[in-house]
Amino acid sequence: MLAACGLQSVEDLYNHLPDEVLLKRPLAIPDGLSEYEIAAWFKDQAARNANGCASFLGAGVYSHYRPVLCDVVVSRGEFLTSYTPYQAEFAQGTLTSIFEFQTMICQLTGMEVANASMYDGSTAVPEAAMMAARITGRHRFLAAANLHPEYREVLDTAARNARLEVDAFGYDAESGRFDLAALEAKLDSSVACVIVQSPNFFGVIEDVKAAAEIAHKHGALLVVVFTEAVSLGLLEPPRDADIVVGELQSFAISPSYGGPFAGIIATREKYMRQIPGRLVGETKDADGHRAFCLTLSTREQHIRREKATSNICTNQALIALMATVFMSVYGKQGLRELASQNLAKAHYLASGLDLPFSGPFFNEFVVNPRGRTPEEANAALLEKQIVGGLPLGRFFPELSGSLLLCATEMSRRADMDAVKEVLL
Amino acid sequence: MPKTLGKIRPHLTQDEQLLFELSSPGKKGYQLPALDVPEVDPASALGSENVRAAIEHFPEVSEVEVIRHFTRLSTWNYGIDLGLFPLGSCTMKYNPRINEAVARTEGLAWAHPYQPEALSQGAMEVVAILEQYLGEIFGMDAVTLQPAAGAHGEYTGIMLVRAYLEAQGNPRKKVLVPDSAHGTNPATAFMAGYDVQTLKSNDSGMVDPAVLAAAVNEDVAALMVTNPNTVGVFEENIVQIAGIMHEKGAQVYMDGANLNALVGIARPGDFGVDVLHSNLHKTFSTPHGGGGPGAGAVGVRSHLEPFLPTPRLRRDGELWAWDYDRPQSIGRVRAFYGNFGVLVRALAYILAHGGEGLRNATIDALLNANYIRARLEEHYQIAYNARSMHECVFSDVRQEKQGVRTGDIAKRLIDYGFHPYTVSFPLIVHGALMIEPTETEPKAELDAFCDALIAIAREIEADPETVKKAPHMTRTSRVDEVAAARKPKVRWTPQA
Repeated sequence: MLAACGLQSVEDLYNHLPDEVLLKRPLAIPDGLSEYEIAAWFKDQAARNANGCASFLGAGVYSHYRPVLCDVVVSRGEFLTSYTPYQAEFAQGTLTSIFEFQTMICQLTGMEVANASMYDGSTAVPEAAMMAARITGRHRFLAAANLHPEYREVLDTAARNARLEVDAFGYDAESGRFDLAALEAKLDSSVACVIVQSPNFFGVIEDVKAAAEIAHKHGALLVVVFTEAVSLGLLEPPRDADIVVGELQSFAISPSYGGPFAGIIATREKYMRQIPGRLVGETKDADGHRAFCLTLSTREQHIRREKATSNICTNQALIALMATVFMSVYGKQGLRELASQNLAKAHYLASGLDLPFSGPFFNEFVVNPRGRTPEEANAALLEKQIVGGLPLGRFFPELSGSLLLCATEMSRRADMDAVKEVLL
Repeated sequence: MPKTLGKIRPHLTQDEQLLFELSSPGKKGYQLPALDVPEVDPASALGSENVRAAIEHFPEVSEVEVIRHFTRLSTWNYGIDLGLFPLGSCTMKYNPRINEAVARTEGLAWAHPYQPEALSQGAMEVVAILEQYLGEIFGMDAVTLQPAAGAHGEYTGIMLVRAYLEAQGNPRKKVLVPDSAHGTNPATAFMAGYDVQTLKSNDSGMVDPAVLAAAVNEDVAALMVTNPNTVGVFEENIVQIAGIMHEKGAQVYMDGANLNALVGIARPGDFGVDVLHSNLHKTFSTPHGGGGPGAGAVGVRSHLEPFLPTPRLRRDGELWAWDYDRPQSIGRVRAFYGNFGVLVRALAYILAHGGEGLRNATIDALLNANYIRARLEEHYQIAYNARSMHECVFSDVRQEKQGVRTGDIAKRLIDYGFHPYTVSFPLIVHGALMIEPTETEPKAELDAFCDALIAIAREIEADPETVKKAPHMTRTSRVDEVAAARKPKVRWTPQA
């Protein structure tokens, strides 16, 4: 092959680079390992993590059962090793599944358009906010204080750099819901959107209708965020929202120490041309058969460059496919039954415990351990091989006596009884 | 008569409807265990106004229908597992399956990001070692693994530049972007609050130091440079370019999309780059998955380190800890710690290769690209004469005389059983064919690919119409993208 290239040695492949840029020593990385050694190394690392423990952590990452079919489908090389479907004739499998994904996200959220995925829920929030700023021509965002704190941090980073403002409005200490009066006090004609999460970070279901009414009254859009997608099996979707942002981790995506997950943005048809990211549309091929392709790409960076709606290129396609298989396996009846089981487990876990908030909750709630700090309660649980809840003082100093607990269909009654014993 | 062409022999594919069309009431594909706690009435627990009716038109299919549906769909796709995937700047290399296996190791896949740090040491060790190895490969002092993809890494990098310059007293106004750059570069600079100034490339497709020097002033925050650039050529003036930027107090950002050409041969940190991102789903073999997930590691020189996203890993005695006390940080760019599962795969790739293996892979990538260039140069017009690195870029000027454009050649290549190259990019090349084979292709596959492109060049001479109407061998013939955009239909709805 060298001869065919007209070269004498492999050095000739790179010796035209300026001498001063060439690396004159081997990389300080150990010699290669065999497949067996690699598997063993990662197994050793995994053994240093919490293994075999029951867990009641939620807070944006939920432990749900992953139907076997999800991994079977995403392991097919035709999906796993393909690229973004620019060449429609050769990528109808990916394109068709994304079209189904977009459809199911619309059905789930009550929206009319959903994109092909965002990196995750947290990064989708600033994308939605920027979209609202483009639509309204306004520069301020109002975020509920009980939005996931790490989502809020991601929003703050993006807004600071785009020279836009983020302001928070508080929550009601009795119900755990956002404070409507506090929201109204901060709304004016500079606000592009109001951002609320439901169920919120405390697990409490919000009054989306009230938020929509008051936001719209001031000409602002309403962005509704969800982190627990399973809740949509049972909860009324945020039909009054203008943009819905969410995290699909609950749909067959393993917690994986925080990623990769898949975010979504869904909206009304009238805002379709402002949505960031990939969109798949239906069309026909030259023989008149139904076909799918990427569409409205004039919104995107590879065409519009600095005038694009976002810089996003690679998204989370394979993870979105996993979620699509999950939604297909559970379907209309299964998702509702799954959600009902989550509801029942969480309410069993919560019964008798000291709950500071009175608002309705789905599978996650705030609890004040009796006679112990949250940290002491977690330490006591760990002795029973149980990872407890998230101590909230880290994000909310006023809740330093509280834990955020989550139960799913995978929570066993015996473990829940053990938790109750410690927290009662 | 069976149609055969090159390495292609057609076989039957199953047709398939959409899930919504396959659905009928009552069909189900799931099982749930019996509930071991009392049932809860949704309306009384949540308030009836918060309980939804059934999700209208949501799928109702059986388990076997689910597996058949997605398996049938998969057969309409093409992937590296089926053959060469020569998309330029996309580095579509083989994705080792050990990467998939280790990412599913129970204690890693089921690690919750909020589980106690003492019980996350294995996951943190994975992050720490990958940061260290990537730092060595980049020649950089510190690495963050929080960004979720390449464009997200770019965004993080430009925000770092802004934070650094702001700390110096002036964030400045503009970012310079060569006209050969990926579209993500200007989009990123704009999102990070900068105006974009485009730099014209010189006759060799490179950044022209004189043009650059004339453009740089105290308003310029950074240059975003891709090296090797998008015509697959090493920016031979890179040290001088960095000097020009630094002299004016501006920063050099490198888009590391083409890092596969450099690993073990040259390090961006050694040639004046202040900050770069690397797409772990390109150079480090994690699968593209039809468009993600990726990971966009960002490496920086020490002066940018204080600004990296929170949290950072730090050593606390025998243990790893997350450090949230980073007063100069740009803040978070993503919840939690990044696309951890992708990081596991990238580290598995590095462990498998070792330092020497990584360098050998680079050499093979350069050899494969130069081999393709040597075989095709007689039939297609090379865009620039400069030496190619890991990819080669041709122009369709010769074929255009017959009315055939790069997009047509790409569609005809599908008939020969190959995914097309990158079409019409970079924009500075007239009708670009941008070809990157990567190191993992055997010679026989490279030859079959070159044979196909040579055969197409001859077809264009003899019968251009066949090429212009391609593909002919696929289940789906040429897709009408114009109609899709004219009246967008982006979800299924039941027929009235």
